Amino acid sequence: MTELEAGRAQTLAPVRSGAALQRYRDVLIAVVAFAVLASLPLFTGSKALLDFVIRCSAYGLFATSLNLLVGYTGLTSFGHGMFFGLGAYGFGLIMQKLAVPIPVAFIATLAITAVVAAIIGAICVRLKEIYFAFVTLAFQMLIHSTILSWASFTGGDQGLRGGIPRPAFLGINLANHVHLYIASCALLILGLLAMRQIAQSPFGYTLRMIRDNAARASFLGIDVWRAKLTVFVLAALFASMGGMVMALFVSGAYPEFAYWTISGEGIFINMLGGVSTFLGPMVGTVLLLLLNDTVTRFTEYHGIVLGVVILFFALGLRKGLLDFVSEWISQRRDAGEGR
Amino acid sequence: MDLDALAGCLSSSACLVTQTTSGFIIGMLLFLVAVGLTLIFGVLKVVNFSHGAFYMFGAYFAMTAYQLTGSFALAMLAGAAGTAILGLVFERVFMSRVYGADVLMQLLVCYAFVLIFDDVVRIIWGPEFKSMGMPSAFQVMPLFIAGGVVPPYYLLLIGVALVAAIVLGIGLSRSRIGKVIRAAAHNPGMVSALGINTGLIYGGVFALGGMLAGLAGALAAPVRSLTPGMGFSVLIESFIVTVIGGMGSILGALIGALLLGLIRSFGSLGFPLFTEGLMYLFMVIVLVSKPTGLFGKEAA
Repeated sequence: MTELEAGRAQTLAPVRSGAALQRYRDVLIAVVAFAVLASLPLFTGSKALLDFVIRCSAYGLFATSLNLLVGYTGLTSFGHGMFFGLGAYGFGLIMQKLAVPIPVAFIATLAITAVVAAIIGAICVRLKEIYFAFVTLAFQMLIHSTILSWASFTGGDQGLRGGIPRPAFLGINLANHVHLYIASCALLILGLLAMRQIAQSPFGYTLRMIRDNAARASFLGIDVWRAKLTVFVLAALFASMGGMVMALFVSGAYPEFAYWTISGEGIFINMLGGVSTFLGPMVGTVLLLLLNDTVTRFTEYHGIVLGVVILFFALGLRKGLLDFVSEWISQRRDAGEGR
Repeated sequence: MDLDALAGCLSSSACLVTQTTSGFIIGMLLFLVAVGLTLIFGVLKVVNFSHGAFYMFGAYFAMTAYQLTGSFALAMLAGAAGTAILGLVFERVFMSRVYGADVLMQLLVCYAFVLIFDDVVRIIWGPEFKSMGMPSAFQVMPLFIAGGVVPPYYLLLIGVALVAAIVLGIGLSRSRIGKVIRAAAHNPGMVSALGINTGLIYGGVFALGGMLAGLAGALAAPVRSLTPGMGFSVLIESFIVTVIGGMGSILGALIGALLLGLIRSFGSLGFPLFTEGLMYLFMVIVLVSKPTGLFGKEAA
């Protein structure tokens, strides 16, 4: 316990004194990252590469938001993909049926997601561990079944077809591939920055305390239920953003977006990249998409290859790649200081 | 939605019998899978996400054995024994390495094997749908009960699952091995200190769970089509069963499985497209009102 307390005091002190500094550093990194990504079309005409980055944006937003639940709060959601699907379907349906400007549809979808997530979250976050995982899974499948059975509204198993209208707004024309690419990058960077702020805020540290010892957090006067519900809704919003990027990219929405395998992939991405570093899920996203793309090119049995890679991470490294690297670096540093 | 069809069926004894038996065979197959799942969870504290694969292997083993020997009994034996061995090897070589590790790591190992096993089946038996066909011994006139049609094979299936349920229930509560298993579930350190090989118990329980799932697959083979990935939907449904019944409870698994089977069979009349949705809705309602499931004990 004393070691834990000491560790927490150490991490809390710089939060207060260096919070502003760290925020400037994060914003700077974000600006540089966006500049690099946005200038990519100037150097390469490769549509495949830009497509890859767009897909990384969609999945990266989703996976990083899932890590707010899994890594920071210790809530293993098996149904986080429902908000990815909800984002894609909500956005697609609003654009197809209501002919509103894209930013309006974007905000409206986030609002719908927030309401749905608040209702589902209010039920789920009372439950512990494995029960939480399964009830979120059940809600995901409920939404998936609803999409399949409400064919007149959602297109059933055919998905939302006929394309999503992409009218230009503020000089941005998302029907243009480069515009769509830059918009996706901007959403990704803004989303990551916002999530980083949440994770580093006092609220973010409250979440870590709940993960490490919920009973203690509640003794300290924290409303655990409300904190969990808040992060559940916040994470849902970013997952929904990922779904919207995906819907814009494929110009449609398909039931697979709301199927539980999306959630499974999200968990897998997190494990692959690492859950104890903020950028771990992003690294995992790039790794998984690269892996999927290369393996499917060489063999039709990509399940075996993927499975073996997962086994390597689970049984060999026993942690995600970035976790492994960061631990290795800190060990080297400790060894260096000791000498 | 087609509530008229549902009401019409509920008022006709023939339809009632037909739907109830079909609900029971779905339920009994689910029970065999779910009881293995719940047993493994109860003793090893591991959520075996790859359990559906054992169901799938059971079906394929049975089909191959039936095609080679023409004997239905040998097919059942091949399904059950094959998956028992598979379960033992899987537990000793892989799962035993992640005991005590993060729950996510355990899930990940299982998820990896779901992917691997599906592809292995695809390589050995091909990606297309297969069917074992009804064994000749059961190609006889169906029984008519109150006007409802009941194929004799259905009765055999329900009977076998019931026998398994009874043997398992009595075995666990009365026999010496059952007592050791329950003790190991409760306090593995103490059992190990008493000189009992807990590794052996863990392997044995996993093999037993795998065998039950394999038996379910073998029993399902004559009435369902076989395809790589067939374990997936069964896995999700048996998860629902264990969660509804309460993790670790055998009686709960039985009741949960039968309820789910009936929901599926009658739900397919009233809500043809939303049958799956009904199951999830039921699970949500149960868990919201009683988070540990119908027969689950309060978490210690």
